[in-house]
Amino acid sequence: MSKKDVQPPPLQDSQAAPESTQALLRELVAHLRQNRTQLREEWARRITKAQLLTAMTEEEIFAEATSVYDNYVEALETGTFEALQAYARNLSERIIPRGVETHEVVGIVLLLRDVLARSLFAKYHEDFTKLNRILDAYEPAANRIANTVAVGFVQERERIIRQQQEAIRELSTPVLQVRERLLILPIIGVIDPQRARQLTEQLLRAIRTNRAKVVVIDITGVAAMDSNVANHLVQTVEASRLLGATVIVTGLSPEIAQTLVTIGVDLSEMATVGDLQGGIEEAERLLGFKVIQLAEATQQA
Amino acid sequence: MEVPILKQGHYLIASIQSALSDADLSQLREKLIERVGKFRARGVIVDVTALDVMDSFAVRTLRDIAHMARLRGSETVIVGIQPEVAFAMVQLGLTLKGVATALDLEEGLAFLDLQAKGRSDRG
Repeated sequence: MSKKDVQPPPLQDSQAAPESTQALLRELVAHLRQNRTQLREEWARRITKAQLLTAMTEEEIFAEATSVYDNYVEALETGTFEALQAYARNLSERIIPRGVETHEVVGIVLLLRDVLARSLFAKYHEDFTKLNRILDAYEPAANRIANTVAVGFVQERERIIRQQQEAIRELSTPVLQVRERLLILPIIGVIDPQRARQLTEQLLRAIRTNRAKVVVIDITGVAAMDSNVANHLVQTVEASRLLGATVIVTGLSPEIAQTLVTIGVDLSEMATVGDLQGGIEEAERLLGFKVIQLAEATQQA
Repeated sequence: MEVPILKQGHYLIASIQSALSDADLSQLREKLIERVGKFRARGVIVDVTALDVMDSFAVRTLRDIAHMARLRGSETVIVGIQPEVAFAMVQLGLTLKGVATALDLEEGLAFLDLQAKGRSDRG
């Protein structure tokens, strides 16, 4: 019966082509199923030899290789990629935290493609026409599979990066009250326009809710500053003043001080103190606090 | 809409209740400057808590009030600027330079008291 199916009417009929591709893929899948153990081992061996997935043990590689292989064959058989996509996502989720790189994932999928192609060469080398037709059926599917896995991996990576960026953004802007009516805003990392805006809004709201009179902005953790960032800082200082709060900026590094003077940003309106301690002391003075050691206090009394 | 001007001790308090037209603002300025002399006020507080927008004319009028009142011997504090308004103002470059500001009415009064104390200490 299969004879009848495979024997197509004259080949010029292009309608028949998909039909025969299907048949060829079926034959291909049968071949891959038959030689599953041997091909899988060959693949795992070549992964180790190419020094890919060094973060994983040999047993793990073999286990993953088995499931990738099965998913691969299934995708070839059904022509649908959803299962493979889901698997690729799941795999990426597991291996990204272990430091597996993009080139390794792409590398192992391409290796599998080559291993399978070689086995096809070995099987059909007697019948060159048949080999050609098998490869015609195999290559587009195989390339699509490689694509799916690689894209899945990269997408997962990007998702993680986005997630981390958001986490950093949320973490990095605490406004802290250290004394009655005294707030501290430590800024760490890179200030982009979006973050500068968020910082200012948060600070203004905090000034209102805490009824702050003095704010110390500490920029020890800011690596670099350009005229944009300096402008944002000046705007923050002015906006705070409109709410009746004095701002003291502390922790300007020597590099930043040099940059600011070189690019000619005018910070004369801004009160600056060397370090955070000095800033807090100055703020306390403005608020009328005086901190003294207990021993000293008893002596004075 | 007219802005009520209240006298409280040595201070005048103008509390803006709603958005004002340019004419209302000019009228407020004239009335305030006149009353500073009439009541021999030492301080003026303009409360803008109710304003959620502040245009360049409003900011200029507030600054003018402060400068004119100083010429007439009275210190001015602008109180109650909303955080969003403050942010918008600095972005437009309207920063009320040389004018005292405070969080709210209470802070404004405290500021004026402090100023008066400084003056009597010196005098």
